[in-house]
Amino acid sequence: MSDPAGVFPDWHSPLRDGTNQLINSLVVDYGDRFEQVSNGLLGVLVALEHGLRGAPPWVVLLAAAAFGLAASRRWLFCLLSAGGLWVVGALGQWDQAMQTLALVVVSVAASLALGLPLGVGCARSRGLRRVAMPLLDLMQTIPSFVYLIPAAMLFGLGKVPALLATVIYAAPPLIRLTELGIRQVDAEAVEAARAFGATRRQLLVKVQIPLSLPSILQGINQTTMMALAMVVIASMIGARGVGETVLVGLQRNDPGTGLVGGLVIVILAIVLDRLLQAGGARLRDRPADRL
Amino acid sequence: MALIRIRGLSTVFGPQPKKALQRVRAGADRATLFADGHTLALHDIDLDVRAGEIFVVMGLSGSGKSTLVRHINRLIEPTAGQVSIGSQNVSAMGPDELIEFRRTRLSMVFQGFGLLDHLSVLDNVALGLEFRGLSRAHRHAMAMHWIERVALQGFEQHLPAELSGGMRQRVGLARALCSDTDIILMDEAFSALDPLIRAQLQTELLTLQAELGRTVVFITHDLDEALRLGDRVAILREGRLVQVGTPQDVLLEPADRDVAAFVRNVNRARALTIDAARMPWPADLPLPPPEQAVDADASIEEALPRLVGRCAPLALRRGGTIVGQVSVDTVRALLEPQG
Repeated sequence: MSDPAGVFPDWHSPLRDGTNQLINSLVVDYGDRFEQVSNGLLGVLVALEHGLRGAPPWVVLLAAAAFGLAASRRWLFCLLSAGGLWVVGALGQWDQAMQTLALVVVSVAASLALGLPLGVGCARSRGLRRVAMPLLDLMQTIPSFVYLIPAAMLFGLGKVPALLATVIYAAPPLIRLTELGIRQVDAEAVEAARAFGATRRQLLVKVQIPLSLPSILQGINQTTMMALAMVVIASMIGARGVGETVLVGLQRNDPGTGLVGGLVIVILAIVLDRLLQAGGARLRDRPADRL
Repeated sequence: MALIRIRGLSTVFGPQPKKALQRVRAGADRATLFADGHTLALHDIDLDVRAGEIFVVMGLSGSGKSTLVRHINRLIEPTAGQVSIGSQNVSAMGPDELIEFRRTRLSMVFQGFGLLDHLSVLDNVALGLEFRGLSRAHRHAMAMHWIERVALQGFEQHLPAELSGGMRQRVGLARALCSDTDIILMDEAFSALDPLIRAQLQTELLTLQAELGRTVVFITHDLDEALRLGDRVAILREGRLVQVGTPQDVLLEPADRDVAAFVRNVNRARALTIDAARMPWPADLPLPPPEQAVDADASIEEALPRLVGRCAPLALRRGGTIVGQVSVDTVRALLEPQG
């Protein structure tokens, strides 16, 4: 720190040392607790990953085709989703892709569990919104490594800090779009529900959430895409998956391997995005028999 | 006997409504209040609505009429004053009591319809019953009855977005009727519709009301609509009640120059009944048979063809009795705007 004129006070050292002490004491005092949480999350993630990697590839391809058909009711989508995954296998990345898929699915599920209630809460409470919105900005702009360092210290290297980093990065759009969707529900529809004697719960479940469904679905889509974008970073702290292929390419000056990894990520993104969009559109077009 | 009683109701919107209201009571006017971010929406309203009448609150935009109607079901909390319905004090209700009250005592129709776009017409009409917790079969049966009453049968499985404006408001009307409440609040219910459809829905409302006898509080900015629908009309200006009376009172005895100016362009021949021009039957003339008389409750417009070019007085009857007579001169005097 060269500041000979003495213009700036030294805030660097206290902030750094304070943070380090806090994290160290957390590791020492609550290490076991964090390991329990870590093991719990890991259990779910590993079980899913095991299932996806253990199953014969044709079962997964068939399941993808079935999802495509269920989401869109169109054979083209069905072919697209199964065909996309087939190309992934042909590129020799099947195992890695299944690892990545498991991480994305669990991250999106965790983001939903966290993001939906938070989004609803922000829409209802101005106070919570004022606190949460800057925090969301922070979550999206702060470089992931900044919170990966303490996360790796608390949870150990591997899948759990990767999951955590993915949720921190990917949940904000879902929270924002849920909040926005609920606040943009037609004011007269909300007023009508209140006038006819809806409780707060009825208003939320029967009016606000169904009417903001397009926005919420958009949020889920965004969150999934951002989770997928995190996979390269996640691989750097030992989460394996397709990101690792890209990382290996980078480390070995092997652009070909890097391209294969990149292509697989893009294919996964296209398949997931198309499936979610088609499923969402179908929910929007025939909402009455679904809700 | 008044069903809805509003007493001393004042509402100020802004950061410090109570303090602002004190300043109004100390003599501050609307403009000074507005300068520091407060809106005096309603000022000292006393109003009684009788059971079974169509009570129209009429005012221009910004007069506070939509705010006023939202105090009756407490969608808006007043700054001062109270509202009671029958023996229930609406202002003192707790949250659960208020919800139960909204479910059973009153329903509402909105200017922009306020329909739920994700529900079918059937489920929209049954909305109040669903909140009440009635079974699906039960509420659908009741909703179908009202869908037929507003002539929407065949559309019950459609989504609101698939209907025209007039049809959507029929759904809104059916939804209000389906809750089977004795009071219906209608906030500019027909204002968003084109004139032809509006007139049609007005007629339907009058037909339904003649049969059902609910208590309707109808908000409008359209004087012709107010005079056509209202058993009684209240005129609201800048948050104050200017006049309350029958359509005839408002037309013939406007409370002040503003009201007079306001009613000047009304088609009086249509808004007034011929009865308003009634004079006693001359004692020296024999009573004509009732078939030759016109109904005293007919509008002047309807009676006019019988009157034009006539020298002898035209007899008025109510039921089978002659109640008086009108002449061309008395009717002409009535049609000239005053003030």
